[in-house]
Order: sequence, then structure tokens, then C-alpha cells
Amino acid sequence: MSNQSSVEILTEWDIVAARQLGRNVAKELGFGTVDQARITTAISELARNIYLYAGQGRIEIQQLTENGVKGILIIAADQGPGIPDVRRVMEDGFSTSGGLGAGLPGVKRLMDEFKIETIPGEGTDIRATKWLR
Amino acid sequence: MVHKIENQYKEILNQYMQRQSEQNLYVGQNFSRQLISENISPEEVISVHKAAMQEIYKELPDVVWHSFDFLIEMMINYGLALQERQSLLQRQEEIRVEMDLAANVQETLLKTKLPALKGLDIGLLSIPARKMNGDYIYFISDEEGHAGIAVADVIGKGLPAALCMSMVKFGMDSLNNSPASPSEVLGVINRVVEKSIDDSMFVSMFYGRYDASTAALTYGSAGHEPAILYRSKTGEFDELYAKGLLLGVSPAAAYEEHTVQLEENDLVIMMTDGVTEGRTDEGFIEREVIFELIQQKKDEPAQTIVQHVYDELERMQNAELRDDFTLVIYKKV
Repeated sequence: MSNQSSVEILTEWDIVAARQLGRNVAKELGFGTVDQARITTAISELARNIYLYAGQGRIEIQQLTENGVKGILIIAADQGPGIPDVRRVMEDGFSTSGGLGAGLPGVKRLMDEFKIETIPGEGTDIRATKWLR
Repeated sequence: MVHKIENQYKEILNQYMQRQSEQNLYVGQNFSRQLISENISPEEVISVHKAAMQEIYKELPDVVWHSFDFLIEMMINYGLALQERQSLLQRQEEIRVEMDLAANVQETLLKTKLPALKGLDIGLLSIPARKMNGDYIYFISDEEGHAGIAVADVIGKGLPAALCMSMVKFGMDSLNNSPASPSEVLGVINRVVEKSIDDSMFVSMFYGRYDASTAALTYGSAGHEPAILYRSKTGEFDELYAKGLLLGVSPAAAYEEHTVQLEENDLVIMMTDGVTEGRTDEGFIEREVIFELIQQKKDEPAQTIVQHVYDELERMQNAELRDDFTLVIYKKV
């Protein structure tokens, strides 16, 4: 079962809209304050990456239910330049050393599941899930 | 477990709220250590604090609760920074273990056998500044009393220098020729280094061939620190200089060689720049200081002289090695 809604990311203010959408869904699902903050931080990070590196893209929020456990799925998709060296950006200390924030390793830590697909020249699709415990 | 922590925290906080004593703060700090060891993130601590406050002081205005939610949001990135630090520390430890292993592999790989030669007492010491050694001593000898020695130094330290040195070793191994002349050996190794090693890497090398039947030492050098000859009869020190480019600079480089006749109790001192470029607070260690140290022990076995020079230089530099240190002494007996 899934229930979805999405925000187009074009300007910096759309990052706030994506956060708001994620927080509403997280709250509705019953996530506590700390997890809400983690989920919105992950959304922030992914939306900012779209805004900064791809120019435009989309953040989609889905509610999940699997084996009776509820969860939230964030999809960040863009048709930007893609990431040429994924392994590198997934390394600790790579993106954060430039003061860019949590980076993709941060998103991975904030969530329970993390999947990235990127094709240079075609775009990037990131899916991150957090389950309600 | 979270529930247990919440209860403990509430109790400690409550104690402090009733009496703001140093002891209650001390108890709180000890508890924070436990939280860290259990990987409780900063945002969780604030959340626990908020929950405890809500139980103890239900009647506080909403602004207080909102402020905690705001603080939780503020702490998320601190929590991430903490986790990142932990994972980097773990990786650092993995690298350290790997380096230890590599250093052991290098030690086995570059092991060389001291030749037993009539009339020659040999002392040697090679100490890396870091884990991996960029200096190298290689011996080769045959039944007829020919012994070759190579003392080499890669420009640079640590892992890259050590990897580079393996090439020199394999070059020497494949040459496998004890009576070979220094200019020939240096020419061959130069071509090996030039072909197989990165352009930014250079190796300096001193090569000496000793002939036990005549007590003659023939030597050549590829941009290496000149060896020193101590004449027992006159008490003088002479440089054994031979012209030649660093290995790896040009495939066409040619290497000079010269021969000296060793007399009883003469010393030949071969070294890398880690010996001569040691530094104290007052500046570089003068060559005369090294000569002085050698003279103090000139009547002792070669190994004792080598150890003495190292111990004294190390003492002068407050046990701080800036570069790999390698010293070999031949003593004609």
C-alpha cells in the first residue's frame, strides 16, 4: 500500500515545501519529534542537492506499509548531470569537508534504507526509507 | 532500554532541579558519559530532557516545549557529525592495522643477508621515520670473496617510498651478479627505475663492491650522500665521491666508479641523508659531529660504532626522527 504526493524543486523555497510535506506525512504516520527532524533533514539534504547540482527535480513522499509496519519513503529524482563517482560521494568526509552539510552519507544515516541510482548525463534517483518502530 | 534511560535521566534531573549542587551536576556528567557509550545522539538527549520536563513540570507554557522541538532540529547535524567522526575513527584504525601489516610484509620482502667476508667486519642499522622504510640496504656476495652493497634512499617517505623500493630490490635480484662493477649495477638499476617508477619518484644509491682477496673497494654513486673513508693510520676522514645522476632521471645516465685500497682498521661509512640531515634546535647536525662520534668508538666492532652514532644522534634530536635513518660501517680487520 502506498500513498503519494510530491513537490517540484525549482527554487530554494521549494526545499521548505518538501520539508513541510515530509513532516506532515511523518507526523501523520506517528513518528516522534526526533525522527520527524531526521526525516525532514534528509529531505532538506536531498532537495538541496537537486537545487544546487541538477537545477530542478522532484521530491516525492510515500507512505508505506510492509508486513504491518508503517514507513515513509522519500524519492528524490532529477534529470541533472548525474554523479560521476558515487562511491566517492558516499564516503565520509568527502562532502562534509567542504561545509556542505550532512551529505549523502548523512542521509543514509538518518534513514533506515538508502538506494541510489545515477547515470552521468541522465540524472539521479535516490530512495530513502524510514520505518516506524 | 530507552525507557530505562528516560527514567534515570528524569531522576537525575529532578534531583538537580530541587537542589543545584555540584554533586548533582557531577552525577549528571557521569550519566552523559554512559549516554555517549550507548550511542545516544544529542537530539535524543534533548528529546529525553523534554519528556522528563513534561512529566515533572506539566504546567509550563507551550513556548518552552516549542523551544525544545527547535533545539532538537538544531542538534540533528551535530548528531550526524558525531556519527561521522566515529566512522572516521574506525577507518583510521583499519588503516593503522593495514599499515602495520604492510610494514611487516616490507620487512620480510626487503630482508637481506649480511655477507661473511674474511677481513671485513660489518655493522648496520636502518630505522624508518614512519612505519614504512624508504631506505634500503642490499647485500650480495659469492664464494670468491666478492661482496656488493647497495645503500639506497627514495626521495620521499612512507608508503610510496616503500613501494618504490621494492622495484629496486627486484632489479638487484634479477641482476644477481656479485663481481659486477658499480657503474654497471647503477646503469642497470637506473633503467629499471626509469621504466617502472612514477616520474615524480627518484632514488639515490651508493654502490660498493668489495674484493676480499685484494681488500679493494670500488664504488659508484647515483646522486647519493658520499660515503666516508676513515683512515686509521692518519686519523683523517675522506669523502668517497663519484659523479652520477639520481636513478630514474635519464635512461642514458652514466656512472663513474673509483677504487680505494682498505688498510687495517680503516672504516667505510655509508649512509642516507637521514643521518646527515638530522636537526636539533640549533640547526643541522654538522658532519664533524658524526666524525667525532665515530672516532669515539673507532676501536670497537662495527656494529657498536653504528649503534653509538644512532643513539647519540637520536639523543641530540630528542628521539625525533625526521627521515629514514640508515647507516652501514665496514671495518677492515
